[in-house]
Amino acid sequence: MNAELGQADAAPEPVLEATGVVKHFPVQRGIVVKRTVGHVQAVDGVDLKLYAGKTLGVVGESGCGKSTLAKLLVGLEPPTSGSIKVLGKEIGNLSSRRIRPVRRDIQLVFQDPYTSLNPRMTVGDIVGEPFEIHTDVIPRDKRAKEVKELLDMVGLSPDHVNRYPHQFSGGQRQRIGIARALALRPQVLVCDEPVSALDVSIQGQVINLLERLQEELGLAYVFIAHDLSVVRHIADEVAVMYLGKVVEHGTSAEIYDHPRHPYTQALLSAVPVPDPDLRGHREEIVLQGDVPSPINPPSGCRFRTRCWKATEKCAEEVPGLDVGDKGTHPTACFYAEERDVTHAVK
Amino acid sequence: MTELTAPTAQSEVPQASLWKDAFRTMARRPDVIFATLIMLFVFTMAAFPGLFTDKDPTRCLGRDARLRPDTWFTGEHPLGTDGFGCDFAATIVHGTRPTITLALTVIILSVLIGMTLGILAGYFGRWVDAIISRALDVFIVIPLMMGAILLLSLFRGRGSSGNLLETVGPAALALTLFGWMEFCRYARAATIETKNLDYVTAARCLGARDRRIMFKHVLPNAIVPITAIVPTSLGSVIVAEAALAVLGIGVQPPATSWGVLLSNGTQWAGGGYIYLFGIPLVLLILTVFAFATFGDALRDALDPKLR
Repeated sequence: MNAELGQADAAPEPVLEATGVVKHFPVQRGIVVKRTVGHVQAVDGVDLKLYAGKTLGVVGESGCGKSTLAKLLVGLEPPTSGSIKVLGKEIGNLSSRRIRPVRRDIQLVFQDPYTSLNPRMTVGDIVGEPFEIHTDVIPRDKRAKEVKELLDMVGLSPDHVNRYPHQFSGGQRQRIGIARALALRPQVLVCDEPVSALDVSIQGQVINLLERLQEELGLAYVFIAHDLSVVRHIADEVAVMYLGKVVEHGTSAEIYDHPRHPYTQALLSAVPVPDPDLRGHREEIVLQGDVPSPINPPSGCRFRTRCWKATEKCAEEVPGLDVGDKGTHPTACFYAEERDVTHAVK
Repeated sequence: MTELTAPTAQSEVPQASLWKDAFRTMARRPDVIFATLIMLFVFTMAAFPGLFTDKDPTRCLGRDARLRPDTWFTGEHPLGTDGFGCDFAATIVHGTRPTITLALTVIILSVLIGMTLGILAGYFGRWVDAIISRALDVFIVIPLMMGAILLLSLFRGRGSSGNLLETVGPAALALTLFGWMEFCRYARAATIETKNLDYVTAARCLGARDRRIMFKHVLPNAIVPITAIVPTSLGSVIVAEAALAVLGIGVQPPATSWGVLLSNGTQWAGGGYIYLFGIPLVLLILTVFAFATFGDALRDALDPKLR
């Protein structure tokens, strides 16, 4: 669907490809005899393609399935159906033993740097753990040196190997987490809200670090966030998620400057205007109601319950993620139409 | 870039490993040193009773019965004699080995069984948890005393040849069998709490096997609540053994234990022979205190945040 976006890079094979990925969690009742009373449809048919050296941003509000998608992509959860390919290798249905070699190629950066590091291990042990799991990567006597190089690479002093995580600040901890994820030299890094737990001043530093690492190592990122401006800064392509589905997918410029899906427009219009003089001079869309339960999502288009354009057709048919007649990028809406909600004009 | 400067609050000592650092921290605390000295004293009594007394605890003379220790630590009977005329110092010293052996055996076995089952149950959940948790319930429902009495009746009247295993074996077996549940519950709870933390997910994402996650990430967390209950359990094992001794199914005679002395001592304590009760009690309290202090310090030392 987005073949033209990747071809510019002359990389025919995506490093990460998800096709029709579905993840349903059963909701069970009963103590002795468990019966399934429904499914949480956390991720429902997501297609993604990520090319080497590129960044794909995934945005959406809380509970739309972003984190589940991250876990699926790195193989921590098996998908209910669909396929996930890392460097062309299917990981969706691998056993925990068979998936181990693939783990070298795709790693996860966590949201909360305070819970993602074992408080009882020194930084050296944390960053060196990947080498103890994959013992054939680096011989034992060279591991200490490699750990120091990794710390240096993420901007920490190599002399800190003997310290414990609590002796570091949030930003430094996140750097340690990034160093651990990079230890096995993966090609893809899935960042699950990597900066949302940090102070704004530190967020910039970590984002810059990620950009520098991407340049140096040729990494591809899946960058999951709910902060639209952060994603705009780092992402080449953006996918907007709502209730487990991608509703709009395009380049950064297409999504931010020419949003076509009503949900994207509503999201973007909620971003504060930095210039106080221009406040109130921009169209603002305030959505009504809450996100419906993913256990029992609305029929047809999942956004229809909160959409001002919804008609009967929206309740009966599921809109596909299509470019449409006059469109520029794939949008899952029957009434997709560009609307300027990002530019405030006096 | 203040972000990159090192936190300089701590003096930069070369840190080696969690355990070495813990040892260094503990060696600096006076209460830990005191506790260690008490433990050393008790263990030396258990290992080499000959160093502390030259009397035979089984050589009792009726005419010497209930001699108060007026001379205190000197003379023929440094701590007096008991109701049957046995030298009390010798009785206590020779009773240390069965007591300590029994207590440590029970605690070590209980912790091993409890932690293993608890971590397995908490980590794997599902049917493993169901089986272990139901077994746990069954054992918790049986009162310790009743279970121990029923079990030990099997060994009753066998007598003992003085062999340590035969002396404390049955009691240790009974107390372990009905004493591991508490450790199991604590370990299970700590495991369930830990296994969903991000750093465990990170390890799994790196490809760590279950065994590695359990030993490296879950176990250090599960040990924390357990170090807190081990010292008190140690005391209660010694007291429980005393209760079994009253029924004649604890440590087998002619061997004796602090528990036996305690229960015998209560009969005389009211009649002005309070030392027969007081001295074993003080020993017991000191020992439990030493283990508690040591365990507490160990837990603090193993937590880098408290260092």
